[in-house]
Amino acid sequence: MFRWLAAAIGLALISPFALAAEPVEVNIGYLHHAGIKETLSLIAQPADNDGIAGARLAIEDNNTTGKFLNQHFNLDEVRLKSSDDVVKAAQTLAGHDGFIIADLPADELLKVSDALRDNGTLLLNAGAIDDRLREEDCRANVIHVAPTRSMLADALAQYLVWKQWKRWLLVAGSHDNDKLYADALRRAATRFGAKIVQERTFEDKGGARRTDSGVTLIQRQMPVFTQQAPAYDVLVAADESEVFASYLPYRTWDPRPVAGSAGLMPTSWDAAHDQWGAIQLQNRFVKLNSRRMTALDMQAWTAARMIGEAASRTNSGDPKRLADFIKGPDFSVAAFKGQPLTLRDWNLQLRQPILLADGRMVVSVSPQEGFLHQVSELDTLGVDRPETKCKLH
Amino acid sequence: MWRHCLLPGLAVWLAAAAPAHAYIAYVSNEKGNTVSVIDTDSWTVTNTIKVGQRPRGIEFTRDGKFVMVAVGDDDTIQMIDTKTHEIADTLPSGPDPELFTQDTTGKILYVANENDNTVTIIDIAKRARLGDIQVGVEPEGMTMSPDDKILINTSETTNMAHFIDTTKREIVANVLVDSRPRFAQFKPDGSELWVSSEIGGTVSIIDPVKHAVTGKIEFSIPGLRREAIQPVGIGITKDGKTAFIALGPANRIAVVDAATHTVTKYLLVGQRVWHMAFTPDEKYLLTTNGVSNDVSVIDVASQKVIKTIQVGELPWGITITPQ
Repeated sequence: MFRWLAAAIGLALISPFALAAEPVEVNIGYLHHAGIKETLSLIAQPADNDGIAGARLAIEDNNTTGKFLNQHFNLDEVRLKSSDDVVKAAQTLAGHDGFIIADLPADELLKVSDALRDNGTLLLNAGAIDDRLREEDCRANVIHVAPTRSMLADALAQYLVWKQWKRWLLVAGSHDNDKLYADALRRAATRFGAKIVQERTFEDKGGARRTDSGVTLIQRQMPVFTQQAPAYDVLVAADESEVFASYLPYRTWDPRPVAGSAGLMPTSWDAAHDQWGAIQLQNRFVKLNSRRMTALDMQAWTAARMIGEAASRTNSGDPKRLADFIKGPDFSVAAFKGQPLTLRDWNLQLRQPILLADGRMVVSVSPQEGFLHQVSELDTLGVDRPETKCKLH
Repeated sequence: MWRHCLLPGLAVWLAAAAPAHAYIAYVSNEKGNTVSVIDTDSWTVTNTIKVGQRPRGIEFTRDGKFVMVAVGDDDTIQMIDTKTHEIADTLPSGPDPELFTQDTTGKILYVANENDNTVTIIDIAKRARLGDIQVGVEPEGMTMSPDDKILINTSETTNMAHFIDTTKREIVANVLVDSRPRFAQFKPDGSELWVSSEIGGTVSIIDPVKHAVTGKIEFSIPGLRREAIQPVGIGITKDGKTAFIALGPANRIAVVDAATHTVTKYLLVGQRVWHMAFTPDEKYLLTTNGVSNDVSVIDVASQKVIKTIQVGELPWGITITPQ
């Protein structure tokens, strides 16, 4: 109470002519796991604060705006250890936060959303790209800021087709997520007129990602693995598990470009993206976190900014009012993608352009020119309204 | 006009006999790191001046002696001597200056610094920084009320027009507008403030006394999706009757009846039209078209595009001789 009063007085001093008289506090939880995913490339290794660093920046941005409106935003982080109960942690957060930004695997997110169903807390999915969370497993209390696998695959497919690289050699990993990504790529090929000339599976037989003389071995393995393929234009790799895809560029038997999980990759954000004012956000992020901004950072930034945007538009901090506004027809958020981002009302997925990046530069941004849609060209990416399996209520 | 006839060093004037009503336009080329100089009589580029990195906001000093250009990636504002076309000096802006405005006397310059949420105040003659004002996230649009009392700054991520009292140098009001407000412009009589929202796709009409949005101009172009219409630059004629609004990737200028706030016409110009400037006699309006690397010339009376002039890479801002 005392802290709150002090903050309110401080705000009043900064902006004596603020629009709102009543000070408003908006509390946002952030739920994610401790531990870092191993990647093949050292430079792709996520930082300890991957994701939440973006949310922290958005809280700063919201508070800069908030000082003119007498609104203040707080972020409560819960970092789960493997033994922690995710539902319990979410319930504790929901005790004082009207919003929870979640970076959780699909099954855990579902458990949490069902546990918080009647509690009025809005979940913002910043991490899980599974289509099923927006389709057969969709929930009315979950908004999806992360793009789906199918949006990512469609964004890549549109570009490859535009480039006239229509014959694909599809190589998928042996883990479940790799198979799901391969499914999305197959669907994208059919939708946009590419042909998968052959499919291969790269079995994960275990083994370390770091070895002292790995390069010599990989250089012999990859050409052999990709030889005797039918004529193809591009190798498309589905390897979310980080087992083989990054080994493919420059090592395929035939000299062919690689796309998908290595080479040209579809993503919601890239550290090299500087169009549409993005350089300002990149600069602010580097200044605050002393590292570059990842896709997960951006997804968390966007989630927290959506809440801030709703608070400033409604001049309110009431979670229900903000959630209704975010789900309503008047909501949009600017996120340095050259156009407003809005929610698909049938499954609460955020529409967004997808960047195609090669690890150094942004090569293109999808949707590509010429892929038309009667409502929004952004709906050429992912599962569209007529195909959806989602029933929200 | 007379001043320029008397300037001895202007090659342009020596080369061509000077007919009446020829002015000089300076265009900042964001990617080319240059400023293109256009003669408005021959409609040709007469010089290309190398400047610092990422030149954007560009404006004449009131005395016409210098053209100030914000070079964002060099964190400064360069002053181009209009006689020699050399960079004569710099002004101490904050980091990443983008747009700026000056008071009617031409003494004080106000600069939006995108990177640190501040507006910097500069004494132009002394080249000295007088102070900073904290504003919202990503300050961009800057304009001054005709009576010099109120400075307007728009912040792109905060989505507000901040009203700053120029005497007290503090914010006195904030007006929420649609997403990514880029540019602000008062009507010449000060009765209305217009703010363009790039991502929101609208121009808000604000009552500067009540500090409230009283209306919005919306745009609709057959065959173009709504997201492609992104209003940025605004030009209003001195009589306050007609406004021109640049619609970015819609590649059009909207002509607006400034009294009724209705769009009367769309003029097709170059690609990603950004900013604009009138010739002092208001016969012509020049627009910068970023993606097609050119400047369109609009005949204001007939509301027709009469000419296209190729300039440097990614033309962004434009300023024309004061008189």
